[in-house]
Amino acid sequence: MSNIPSDLRYTKSHEWVRQAPNGTLEVGISDHAQGALGDLVFAEVPEAGRKLDAGEACAVVESVKAASDVYSPVSGTVIAGNTALADRPELLNQEPYGSGWLFRVAPHSPDAVAALMSAADYERYLADETK
Amino acid sequence: MGLETPLHDSHVRLGAKMVDFGGWDMPLHYGSQLEEHHAVRRDAGMFDVSHMGVVDLTGGRVREFLQRLLANDVGRLKIPGKALYSCMLLPDGGVIDDLIVYYLSQTSYRLVVNAGTRDKDLAWIRRHAADFDVDVRERRDAAMIAIQGPNARALTASLLDPARRSSALELPPFRGLELDSWFIARTGYTGEDGFEIVLPAEAAVATWNALHAAGVRPAGLGARDTLRLEAGMNLYGNDMDEKHHPLESGLGWTVAFDPQERDFIGREALESARRAGCLEFVGLLLEDRGVLRSHQKVVTAGGLGEVTSGSFSPTLNRSIALARIPPPVSLDVQVDIRGKLHRASVVKPPFVRQGKALISV
Repeated sequence: MSNIPSDLRYTKSHEWVRQAPNGTLEVGISDHAQGALGDLVFAEVPEAGRKLDAGEACAVVESVKAASDVYSPVSGTVIAGNTALADRPELLNQEPYGSGWLFRVAPHSPDAVAALMSAADYERYLADETK
Repeated sequence: MGLETPLHDSHVRLGAKMVDFGGWDMPLHYGSQLEEHHAVRRDAGMFDVSHMGVVDLTGGRVREFLQRLLANDVGRLKIPGKALYSCMLLPDGGVIDDLIVYYLSQTSYRLVVNAGTRDKDLAWIRRHAADFDVDVRERRDAAMIAIQGPNARALTASLLDPARRSSALELPPFRGLELDSWFIARTGYTGEDGFEIVLPAEAAVATWNALHAAGVRPAGLGARDTLRLEAGMNLYGNDMDEKHHPLESGLGWTVAFDPQERDFIGREALESARRAGCLEFVGLLLEDRGVLRSHQKVVTAGGLGEVTSGSFSPTLNRSIALARIPPPVSLDVQVDIRGKLHRASVVKPPFVRQGKALISV
């Protein structure tokens, strides 16, 4: 059973979103996603200033086996990519909700997060997906 | 639901992530592909390779048959148990499969062929065997386990009684031996020392469990792929196939053009290809960050080439690949990864053998 923190929001493509008090968002891949991908050995993250559309492929995580796109959960402007992943891609496996974050983004709309799944919704979604 | 080996339930019990491989339901990894890779390089790991095809050939003209069927020359095999790696070619030189052939006696040889190609292989072998009165018997009753790593032979031998133990440990590289119902050979697909054992299907689970108890770590197809790539060994379907002949797949060394009069299938095509010149098959080391993958384009001074196998090398902590590129070979090329060009060095495989890096990174 994968870990699904209750204070985060989730997407159908298995990204998580954490909202900071100032409204900016931190984005990563869920524990379920990292488990399914296996040992991750490379991450390509977006650069600060890049404009993203919701659903746009904006980062890549690569396991030994394959490359997978990561999609922006919201429209917004990238504030930072997690450069620590360049030397330590294993953080994506070890701390998917912590130091394994991928990028931070300032959403164009403050309501964008509310449209994403809650932890309970994501848990049901995973249960359906794996049936 | 795919085909299952006799060890299928053991993999599931060990928590393996199962995937389809050539129609077979096989373990990709048992938790961490990287740790399994390192276990083989540093200690001992084991792979269920029962999906591969074991084919026994017998008959008075079996040697003559194999000298026609295979691009390498079984005439080189003088000692019973000796193994030879060879391609089996179409008349146009395309590779039907790569295989290992063991010389068992004057009238019997054993082939080990790939899982994904076994049906077409058998059809091809049977078609040609008829002309030589050779009996072709597929050993569906057999399981196969590969135990690989610096400690693999000692740990495997610890399961045997003392008499058999010493004969197993005395096997030189690329030699096999029948030990009661086992056929044990000092071969593998990882670049490490080790054994491959063909054994009765009903003995597979007990042997697997005994090896596990002795300290051999189960390893999946994921680690098998990165180990063979580091060892510079080709994977059928990636690095060679029916569209590419051995000379442009880094397998020229497995084609025995001598003696001249040996008329193996594909010989004429390979001789013309050799005269015309062919694409080069090289190793690549990615100088930038990222991961090389099959089908990525390689930009060289001589034109465009293609990555045939690429992955992350756990031993080198860098990405490596095998690639087919147009001559002349330069030392530096670029690889197109998602629309961006990345620098790569051309190197001579293998990248890693016996736990040691053979190229400097």
